[in-house]
Amino acid sequence: MTDAERFRADLVELLERELPARLGGLPPPTADYWGGRNPELPHPLSRRYCEAMAERGLTAPTWPTEYGGGGLGKQEAKILLEELRRLQLPPPLVGFGLSMIGPTLLQFGTEAQRREHLPKITRGEIRWAQGYSEPNAGSDLASVQASARFAGDDLILNGQKVWTSYGDKADWMFGIFRTDAGGKKQEGITFLLLDMAQPGVEVRPIKLISGASPFCETFFSDARAHAKDVIAGVGQGWTVAKALLGHERNMIGDLFGAGARTRRAGGNALAELARAYLGVKDGRIADPVLRDRVAQLAMDERCFALTMQRSADSVKAGHKPGPESSIFKIGGTELNQRRQELMVALRGPQALGWEGEGFDERELAQTRDWLRSRGNTIEGGTSEVQLNIIAKHVLGLPD
Amino acid sequence: MQLVLTEDQALLQRTALDFVTGTPAIARLRKLRDHRDERGYALDRYAKMAELGWTAIPFSEADGGLGAGFAELVLVTEAMGRGLAPEPLIPSIVLAGRAIALGGSAAHKASWLAPAIAGDKVLALAYARRDSRFDLTRAPVRAARDGDRFRLTGQATQVWGGHLADAYVVAARTAGDDGDRDGVTLFVVPAATPGVTSQRQHRVDSLNVAQLTFDSAALGEADVLGDVDHGHALLARVVDEATVALTGEMLGGMLEAFERTVAYLRERRQFGVPIGSFQALKHRAARLFMELELARSAVMAAARALDGGRGAIDGAQPDAAQLVSLAKARASDAYVLIANEAIQLHGGIGMTDEHDIGFFLKRARASELTFGDAAYHRDRFAALEGY
Repeated sequence: MTDAERFRADLVELLERELPARLGGLPPPTADYWGGRNPELPHPLSRRYCEAMAERGLTAPTWPTEYGGGGLGKQEAKILLEELRRLQLPPPLVGFGLSMIGPTLLQFGTEAQRREHLPKITRGEIRWAQGYSEPNAGSDLASVQASARFAGDDLILNGQKVWTSYGDKADWMFGIFRTDAGGKKQEGITFLLLDMAQPGVEVRPIKLISGASPFCETFFSDARAHAKDVIAGVGQGWTVAKALLGHERNMIGDLFGAGARTRRAGGNALAELARAYLGVKDGRIADPVLRDRVAQLAMDERCFALTMQRSADSVKAGHKPGPESSIFKIGGTELNQRRQELMVALRGPQALGWEGEGFDERELAQTRDWLRSRGNTIEGGTSEVQLNIIAKHVLGLPD
Repeated sequence: MQLVLTEDQALLQRTALDFVTGTPAIARLRKLRDHRDERGYALDRYAKMAELGWTAIPFSEADGGLGAGFAELVLVTEAMGRGLAPEPLIPSIVLAGRAIALGGSAAHKASWLAPAIAGDKVLALAYARRDSRFDLTRAPVRAARDGDRFRLTGQATQVWGGHLADAYVVAARTAGDDGDRDGVTLFVVPAATPGVTSQRQHRVDSLNVAQLTFDSAALGEADVLGDVDHGHALLARVVDEATVALTGEMLGGMLEAFERTVAYLRERRQFGVPIGSFQALKHRAARLFMELELARSAVMAAARALDGGRGAIDGAQPDAAQLVSLAKARASDAYVLIANEAIQLHGGIGMTDEHDIGFFLKRARASELTFGDAAYHRDRFAALEGY
């Protein structure tokens, strides 16, 4: 038995027999658990499943063991993913701690900062929010104005952040604050961590055109952070912030890319919808124009999934990520918008319901999903900013 | 399916690119055009391609080939597309050559396939007439029984590589009518057959294409490729294979047109700055880059789907036809878009015949309208997917 085979066998023993026996079952694959001080439980066993996996470092499989990770190599991490998928299990823990601030601390944090924060992430004890955008700093992120002023070993924070995803559910925030208002705007930015459970921090949810949202506004009135929670030094925040954006874009690309893969496996849902709403004539979707749009989108989604695969295959073969990876954020989000718009077109007037009688549940959800999708090309870096990045860094066009 | 080049493939890609870009490629095509060259390509260049082994790529070792596949062939056609090389690799090797390899007798292979692989003879496929559009059941020629012979009558148009070719594979209607898959028969017709005449046609992209006229040309049973009345499947198969080879060429063409355009954006100055610093133009260039990357994935996937398992070129994967349509639709839309934008971004100079960029626009359009345009392939994709 090779090491990989032994690892897989032990994992199967854990996931298929030991854990279900000990906990009396396991959560379904859709039950995303975000952890935190007052965690929401998408399934009664979510928390215990997370804690049991965290004991073995399996919530953050590739992080070093001294910070609560699994210390696994790429191949073992892949085996873990494969087994979770095969057994129809959710990842034990999700969230911005694992996907964004964790990797950033591994890259930029001091030993003390890693030991302080990473284990709490891996155990699902602290849920994190991102404090980046402000009302006057969206695409032009370096224009942040929320300020941090030193007062002994503390920093005093004032100002406002916006688009804080799940800010109302988070325990700690990582964010960028202005410590120096003179000089170039990229300088004078400091990346720091703060506890959100304090009187000077107020969080208000934002209602979107889709009727609800995960986003919040966060207000700081003489809130406090500790100097020991400044990452990479005062005034060095822009470098850290940009590196973290890279982690975020990978996450968004993966999200939509994974969606494309699942859709492929599940057959063509759009064609099903078209048949149901438009009828079938001679074995074809009855409306030839919409049939063409269904085909076009299906082909474009397939092509996008193939490009994600090409990028992954190239990395697996030992090459650096190619320039194709720069198109994933913009490509994936635009495809999702087109999919939502086409679904509205296929359902016709039945896609217009907001609530109440005359529309079924999926039709009502469709309306909201379509509206929500308009944000996809704005959040996480607008498409226009993505195009600027491609033009500058891939094509070498001048400023 | 692995969408990454092996070391051997990367080496082939470099060799092919060096060969094509080693000469001023577009200037060569321009000269052939301006001299109204009868052949429209260079026999000695074609002989070199054969020497490099390119003409042997998609054939089994038993047939005298290299036993490689379309994953390799598209790297060669991509390089050819970079330089708009007019040599008839796709018509002679993929369309006619593969038809003979898949359906031909030992005698057919000895007479035509072996010399085609050696680069000594050039073959072509006559499968369309003026009103065929993309319908392969609309055979250009009728073949009537005459004792133990067939008499071929009709006219085939835009036969790629057809002028001065040595032999043709001809799609002829032996039974039924347009729209019927049954009743199409493929014949191997030596160019010297009495009753067969070829006329060079002049097309917008300056490629060698011919109008072939068949006036009661007599062919025997031994000249039939495969079975009488059952040639459609073989015809459709080689057209799919040639489609993928063509998408490789299209990828090379769009890449070249794109890179020339980006270089122009960097160097051309207006209002005291490089025009590539204008955001309106940057965004358009970035969009074209996205199209290019997506097209490359589709071409690689389609080629590998035709190859099926490594080395087993007759065992294509089950959804290969969908991927062929995906690649051709993508490549058609992307190449035309990139070529149109290339002209626009070059401004006035891009409209002149003196500048090379216009050659890519012409080739883009011709490629788009060969083997089915994007709309045709979306329809085919939908039908294959059952909707």
